[in-house]
Amino acid sequence: MFDYAFLILLLPFLSAIVLGLFGMKMPRKVAGLIGTCMLGTLFVLSLYTAYHYFFYTGEYSAMGQTFRVVDGRLSSGVYPTVTVFNLTWLKFTELLTFNIGLRLSPISVMMLIVITTVSFMVHIYSFGYMAERDENYKFEEYEHGFQRFYAYLSLFTMSMLGLVVATNVFQMYLFWELVGVCSYLLIGFYYPKHTAVHASKKAFIVTRFADLFFLIGILFFSFYVGTFNYDLNVNPGLSDKLASIAANPEIAWAIPTALFLMFIGGAGKSAMFPLHIWLPDAMEGPTPVSALIHAATMVVAGVFQVASLFPIYIKFGAIEQLHWIAYIAAFTAFYAAAVACAQRDIKRGLAFSTISQIAYMLVALGVCYAINDEEGGLGYMASMFHLFTHAMFKALLFLCSGAIIVIIGSNFKEYMGGLHKYMPITNACFLIGCIAISGVWPFAGFFSKDEIVSACFQFSPMLGWFMTLVSGMTAFYMFRLYYVIFWGNSYYEQDPENRRRPQEVPFVMWGPLVFLAIISIFAGWIPFGHFVSATGQSAEIHLQHFHFSSVAWFSLLAAAIGISLATWMYMPKHNPVPDMLAKKMPVLHKAALNRFYIDDVWQFFTHKVVFRCFSMPIAWFDRRVIDGTFNFLAWGTQEAGESIRPWQSGDVRQYAVWFITGTVALTLVLLCLI
Amino acid sequence: MNYSDFFKMIPEASLVAILIVLFVADFATAKTEERKWFNPLASVLLLLNTFVCLLPMEAQTAFGGMYVTSASVDVMKAILSMGTFIVVLQSRAWVEKSGKEGEFYMLIVSTLLGMFAMMSAGNFLMFFLGLEMASVPLACAVAFDTYRKNSAEAAAKFIITATFSSGVMLYGISFLYGAFGTLYFEDIATKMQATPLTIMGLVFFFSGLGFKISLVPFHFWTADTYQGAPTTITGYLSVISKGAAAFTLLSILFHVFGGMMQYWHVLMMIVVVLSITIANFFAVRQGELKRFMAFSSISQAGYIMLAAIGNDWATSVASLSYYVLIYVVANMAVFTIIAVVEQNNGGKTNIDDYNGFYQTNPRLSFLMTLAMFSLGGIPPFAGMFSKFFVFMSGLNGADISTTMGAWSYAVVFIALLNTVISLYYYLKIVKAMYIKHADHPLPTFQSDCNSKFALAVCTAGIMVFGVFSLVYEWIAAAV
Repeated sequence: MFDYAFLILLLPFLSAIVLGLFGMKMPRKVAGLIGTCMLGTLFVLSLYTAYHYFFYTGEYSAMGQTFRVVDGRLSSGVYPTVTVFNLTWLKFTELLTFNIGLRLSPISVMMLIVITTVSFMVHIYSFGYMAERDENYKFEEYEHGFQRFYAYLSLFTMSMLGLVVATNVFQMYLFWELVGVCSYLLIGFYYPKHTAVHASKKAFIVTRFADLFFLIGILFFSFYVGTFNYDLNVNPGLSDKLASIAANPEIAWAIPTALFLMFIGGAGKSAMFPLHIWLPDAMEGPTPVSALIHAATMVVAGVFQVASLFPIYIKFGAIEQLHWIAYIAAFTAFYAAAVACAQRDIKRGLAFSTISQIAYMLVALGVCYAINDEEGGLGYMASMFHLFTHAMFKALLFLCSGAIIVIIGSNFKEYMGGLHKYMPITNACFLIGCIAISGVWPFAGFFSKDEIVSACFQFSPMLGWFMTLVSGMTAFYMFRLYYVIFWGNSYYEQDPENRRRPQEVPFVMWGPLVFLAIISIFAGWIPFGHFVSATGQSAEIHLQHFHFSSVAWFSLLAAAIGISLATWMYMPKHNPVPDMLAKKMPVLHKAALNRFYIDDVWQFFTHKVVFRCFSMPIAWFDRRVIDGTFNFLAWGTQEAGESIRPWQSGDVRQYAVWFITGTVALTLVLLCLI
Repeated sequence: MNYSDFFKMIPEASLVAILIVLFVADFATAKTEERKWFNPLASVLLLLNTFVCLLPMEAQTAFGGMYVTSASVDVMKAILSMGTFIVVLQSRAWVEKSGKEGEFYMLIVSTLLGMFAMMSAGNFLMFFLGLEMASVPLACAVAFDTYRKNSAEAAAKFIITATFSSGVMLYGISFLYGAFGTLYFEDIATKMQATPLTIMGLVFFFSGLGFKISLVPFHFWTADTYQGAPTTITGYLSVISKGAAAFTLLSILFHVFGGMMQYWHVLMMIVVVLSITIANFFAVRQGELKRFMAFSSISQAGYIMLAAIGNDWATSVASLSYYVLIYVVANMAVFTIIAVVEQNNGGKTNIDDYNGFYQTNPRLSFLMTLAMFSLGGIPPFAGMFSKFFVFMSGLNGADISTTMGAWSYAVVFIALLNTVISLYYYLKIVKAMYIKHADHPLPTFQSDCNSKFALAVCTAGIMVFGVFSLVYEWIAAAV
């Protein structure tokens, strides 16, 4: 039934190839349209796949397995894990093979929808964003490199889809690296700009450094377990093997270690403290890219990875490691929220908000200690739910900020202010995004975030309160951002003669905004627990039935306090409080503005410690000893060639002498052996 | 005498038939007019012969054990026949200029007939006859360019050293006859044991074939002859003649001297290491392309004979045949390019002449690069796989804890190191074509369509035989 599913990987691959190789020969618009049409098809295909996967009743088979399902569920009440195809690419041993395949599970189907929806919107939106405009915002021509941009977007979409449908952890790693490359290419899209080049290098090096641990983790895993497969449902022998390792005290450490090493790779991609430093700089890329890659899809790869390996964490003795993840993520959530409160660049503000929200998802996974939808395993569903809703409203917020940047021509809040009059649609959409992320009922963020906070309370009330505090901070910094952009002092009105009058963006840009805004309003009402849950059984989200627990009331209260505070401080045209606070606490403000100097710590560590102590001696060794050896060899070869040249004299008599001498010498050698 | 035995020699019979056809064709038509049809006729006949060799045949003996055939021999015959097909294909422009088509094709086919007889021999006499039958026409072919002094010199050196080596070899064979009282391979094999007499027989016999394969220290004729001979013949010498002799040597070592395997293992190890290393040292300094290819071919011969260090006949012969197959296509690609460049530019064959070749003839440069990569063993081209398989068969059965096993590993390691050196000089050609600057690079020219076709076949071989390991598996299954 899912026979067509190979197209999900093939279509974007083809369009990346076509646009990459022949894009420059096409008119810019045609290239963009090819990419967008392909993504539209992919979007429909994903919805169709999801519909079939979750609602089909009847019988189908894939890879020789037959599934008898009612409303998508097997008789055991869970959704099947369907391997559509699984090709062996490299065979290391009989068991250890590297396969490329396509596997549908509830979370991978959910990811298909997230990726294709956001990607499709971004493809459309980019027609408006990636254009050069004149004084009056009138369209002139698509930007230089428009075809390249769409080629990269297609490649990215293909890689991300390949990551989420991976049948084994090695395939995940392969596509993981590919998305890293696409991210690098897209951050550095404006390569004549120095900051963009630096940012792309930084992103690539930091995530690549983290990926090294992922690879080591995979090697550990495959060494001890003997396979790259991780899905317990489709690999019957895997559970036994893992159980036997976990039961053996000598090597029981191997699985938790492998899993945590893999998580470090995930922490790099998902920008967890202290590997988060690349994400704010990644905002040098075009804003649609920030929306797609650095807010909605690629940065949640780490969350997806932990969620995919979740059953192994829980069942085979790595719960401790899962809790470490929770602590790291909780700190990151707080840290990023604090930094977000002091940013001047609106995209960087949103970037820190992204870090904070992804940390929420990881906290939710980390606080789990059982596979159970009510008690101890609630976080799994909450995390995936938040991933889904966050992708929608964060993409929305980024695209809104892109619309503002197109009109204002700058990222800095000083040039904005009072835009609500001039950009009503963007204003409404941004506001919806802010409400959604702050967790106000009945918007999407409320449901997913409160599930997370409930899960935290189940684990430890301390952590629950802490996360409630962070959600209050979220509401504060998001509304601060909203007010400084759309209310307060208008930059234009201070000098209307010499400054451009802001106006609303064209339909091709606000259309996707409205679409995402509608999803952000209603996504919370999706019975998410019905589709995705720790056990796979249908689980209920209590909030959707108006069973508000005290947890929900507290977080609503926190959000209300945060919003009120922001409204009081930033909505009026002149309020001395923010400046006064900044003056009163200059150290704290400056530290927050400079992201608490984490970047400088890394700078010191890499330049002074790593370069001086490791790189320079190794470089010396390489230049002197290794190159020297090879140069010596080359010289020796040349000299030897020169010195034996006279042997080849052209004199046949001499040849005969050599001939017979050689024969006799060889005979003598062999005679010695007797 | 049982005349029905002739029916068992199908590849040879087919070659004799070709010879007769060519002979009649040559005499029946006037030599004054241009005979454009002659080359296609010869090419098609050789291609047909390749398929005849591939016909499934049972392993059998004929003429009381004088003639032996088996699947491995047939595979090798098919490979050589295909190689000869390529040689004939690319020879057209040069042969038509000389106006001696009939003579040339008959010489080539009769050398091939001699090699076939040599490979299928079941008796030392038969073997010797085959060897000489291949040598004498080959010497004529080397001297084919009668207007060039070099060609005659090359032929003279070839025939003198060939006679010398034949003498040494006959001496070795007479030792064997003295030791066993028979020249039949089968009979000798059953009685084989290591005595000083048989060891002398082995080494003296070996030196004769070592001369044909041009292994060090029997290689000295190679550079002079390769340089002086017409380029087409150089190509033929370097692949077909070498391949046939290497196969025969391997076959006789296993089937006749099987009882003293450890002795000839030592012998082969010494010779292989010397060939690869010394030839590489010489090749590094060469400035003339054909001479350079001569040393390259000596070094490649060393790699081919690595297969003889293993102790399993099936893997050794499969890897040797595969190596020869890849070597045929890669080396013939190089020689075809040398030949077309030579003909279109008045005999230029120095490496320096190729400086800036890329600017004027990008396609030929690219093909040359592919062939050089393949000869150097860069993946994913065929040469890398053929090297891998001979290394593998060389280590077959080698136990590193024994002295002999450790030596096998050492030899393979030295061979590996030498691939680095060989890369250096193969890439020198590539560097000349792509990177070195020339004020007056060779002008752009159009090669004739036969050469183009030959190059297409070679390139397809380099790409396809490498990427699809099927070919090796097919050979391994067939032998």
